Amino acid sequence: MKNRLLIVDDSVIMRRVLEKYARALGLEIVGTAANGRDALGLFDRHKPDLVSLDITMPLLDGLGCLKEIMDRRPETKVVIITALADRETGLAAMRLGAKGFIQKPFTEAQVRDEFAQVLGLAGGALVGD
Amino acid sequence: MLETELKAFIDVVIRYFSQVTGETVAMGVPYVKAQDPVLLDFTGVIGISGARRGCLCVTSPREMLQALAESLLGPDGRDEAAVADVVGEMANTIAGNAREAFGSAFMISVPVVLHGAPSDITIKLKPPVFVVPIQWRAWRSFLLIGLE
Repeated sequence: MKNRLLIVDDSVIMRRVLEKYARALGLEIVGTAANGRDALGLFDRHKPDLVSLDITMPLLDGLGCLKEIMDRRPETKVVIITALADRETGLAAMRLGAKGFIQKPFTEAQVRDEFAQVLGLAGGALVGD
Repeated sequence: MLETELKAFIDVVIRYFSQVTGETVAMGVPYVKAQDPVLLDFTGVIGISGARRGCLCVTSPREMLQALAESLLGPDGRDEAAVADVVGEMANTIAGNAREAFGSAFMISVPVVLHGAPSDITIKLKPPVFVVPIQWRAWRSFLLIGLE
């Protein structure tokens, strides 16, 4: 059974890049959202295994969305994907329950390795799982 | 703005192009602009608040943004939505990455993307405005930074 991914980012191009990378990794994309509020609606409907979550977004930012996700389903694996490069932001996300962190700009290999690590898949193997 | 602060932004731009395109970018000599700078086809605007106040912009010709979008998405990156979005995401990434040097009190807004040079929008660049030319392939963009 494929791992199910929800992509949350206010950038159209980032959502599309992550969709492209995730498809190549064999993940099932259950939805994409441009802000934390819409993401929570999709999260409740689809209960994804994995969420890729931007931080700087309108309406509800990534850290607020992360807290809501952890309150609802703490077993969800959340990977923060953000341009914010300061240490405090990464630590705040980890304290709230994020399992991974990728700094923008990122490469396909960084996304593959982080998703595999967070999902507990050895050797970065995702395709065909 | 201090010279070391300006260098932090320049380093971030160099890293951005290296990571996204796998190519090197040539950064021009920064200069200070007294009047409102000229805006190109698309401009990504990030408001700065917190420890510093002002604005950061990236203004680019359409062809450069289209090439960048294609670097990320291949032929699927040719549409108008991708081209307009990439300049906002570039500005967001530059401002966000700059927090490594400026710290978490350097607060950034979500990006706003301007098409052309709209007369009814004022960009809150705090003078003096530093202009940094960015030469990538055949195109030239500009990074504009105006901080208190």
